[in-house]
Amino acid sequence: MSKRIEVNDLDVYYSKFLAVEGVSLTIEPRTVTALIGPSGCGKSTFLRTLNRMHEVIPGARVDGEVLIDGNNLYGPGVDPVLVRRQVGMVFQRPNPFPTMSIGDNVLAGVKLNNRRMPKSEGDDLIEKSLRGANLWNEVKDRLDKPGSSLSGGQQQRLCIARAIAVQPDVILMDEPCSALDPISTLAIEDLIEEMKTDFTIVIVTHNMQQASRVSDRTAFFNIAGTGKPGKLIEYDDTTTIFSNPTVQATEDYVSGRFG
Amino acid sequence: MTTAVDRIAIKAKERPGDRIFSTATLVAGGLILGVLAAVAAFLLIQSIPAFVAEPDDFKGDFTNFWSYVAPLAFGTLWSAFLALLMAIPVAIGIALFISHYAPRKLAAGLGYIIDLLAAVPSVVFGLWGIGVLAPMLQPFYANLVEWFGWFPLFAGPVSGTGRTIFTVAIVLAVMVLPIITAICREIFLQTPVLYEEASLALGATRWEMITMAVLPFGRAGIISAAMLGLGRALGETMAVAMVLSPSPQILFQLLTSQNPTTIAANIALNFPEAHGVGVNILLATGLMLFVITLIVNMIARLIINRRKAFSGAN
Repeated sequence: MSKRIEVNDLDVYYSKFLAVEGVSLTIEPRTVTALIGPSGCGKSTFLRTLNRMHEVIPGARVDGEVLIDGNNLYGPGVDPVLVRRQVGMVFQRPNPFPTMSIGDNVLAGVKLNNRRMPKSEGDDLIEKSLRGANLWNEVKDRLDKPGSSLSGGQQQRLCIARAIAVQPDVILMDEPCSALDPISTLAIEDLIEEMKTDFTIVIVTHNMQQASRVSDRTAFFNIAGTGKPGKLIEYDDTTTIFSNPTVQATEDYVSGRFG
Repeated sequence: MTTAVDRIAIKAKERPGDRIFSTATLVAGGLILGVLAAVAAFLLIQSIPAFVAEPDDFKGDFTNFWSYVAPLAFGTLWSAFLALLMAIPVAIGIALFISHYAPRKLAAGLGYIIDLLAAVPSVVFGLWGIGVLAPMLQPFYANLVEWFGWFPLFAGPVSGTGRTIFTVAIVLAVMVLPIITAICREIFLQTPVLYEEASLALGATRWEMITMAVLPFGRAGIISAAMLGLGRALGETMAVAMVLSPSPQILFQLLTSQNPTTIAANIALNFPEAHGVGVNILLATGLMLFVITLIVNMIARLIINRRKAFSGAN
């Protein structure tokens, strides 16, 4: 289920502009890795290259390798559609499909592969995924209501349920709590802790407490200035990054003296 | 204490700009209602003699107004329906191509050309229908009747000129295409990137993304666009009047020389020589067109509102 990610000397370009330069890191299976750093340092861009979602933006391209259990995502003949079925993603703003019911939202990704799923099987998967996202008890009586009828935090957990319903190997989260209140944030953080047993999770966050609470490993990204490419400055165990980092910039950032 | 506070309504300061603007919108809104009411009243009053007209007053072999208007109403709806059946899929296709498939430069040019098509007067489309389309399609019609004549819609005998209701429907389809395309394109461009990315991140191909995010999100807009197109098709006069030689019957056959005409075309053809009750009869058919359009639009509203909670507007 969960797989190891290996990134080798990755550069990301938007047309001619080099946005992220020379990232190499290894993410172990069944861990939570936090990407932290100031705005514009390329951590979201880097996250998107892990499931080729950056290709949605015209002109974006990548040099280097991303290996998931040894298979290069950017190898010749690799279909980005299939990559995204292996590597799920949760976005900053909750985005359940407003035109679908809660139940259909959960099955949205599954139905892409398996259109004629028997109803009982679909219902089981809805329950399993919603339980996995700690949402089942709140919505079990209104699965046919639109996804947009839920609160922001519930919508975000619905998006997580939708992502885990397709049984991906890796789940990427791009600031999943930044649009949520503290209680919903806590619910998502607890959820991440539970999901770790099944998935490899990579999370971008601006909230350093959050990074220290949920993650096992932390990667600090930084830029030298506007127009310069973002770089991976330091990547280590979360406790090390927050208590005893080796690079001065990291210490400045995590202790709040910078950024 | 609280009741006293409640009673003093807090009055917002009225600025002249606010007042001018609110009056202007009220006038604009009232004007459209006023014009509509005036047209309806005119049609209604002028139509009354038609409802009690004698059989002699009708051109042709009719006993009363309803037997006169029925084939016309049918022809109007049938030709408009056929036109929309052809135009909507093509319009959605073009709109999707412009909004999601075409390179940006090509998309801009293509959108401009589509808008240009809307500016061509309907007489020109009528001439094109007679002069180009009908003769071009006639051999095709002949083959269709020969091979598929067993299918009721394609039953013979085939028209020798190609000037059939099907040709009219094609001309109408071309005429309503620009408006449907233009609105659909705008709607598809409005699809929030949020939902497009959500479906792509689930491993949707571009087409699956369109069926998951773009089309459901644009559903109400597509229906509205189709209704605007339908309005034009129902009311279209010149193109139909020029292409068809009418025979006042309810006929579903698409390819014969016997074709029901439309209300608007019938008015245009007969008005110059109408007098007395004849004028009232023609105006009464106009009233029927008015009612048909109203009913069709109400049905469209109902369809849009039925799944309002799922429209994505909230």
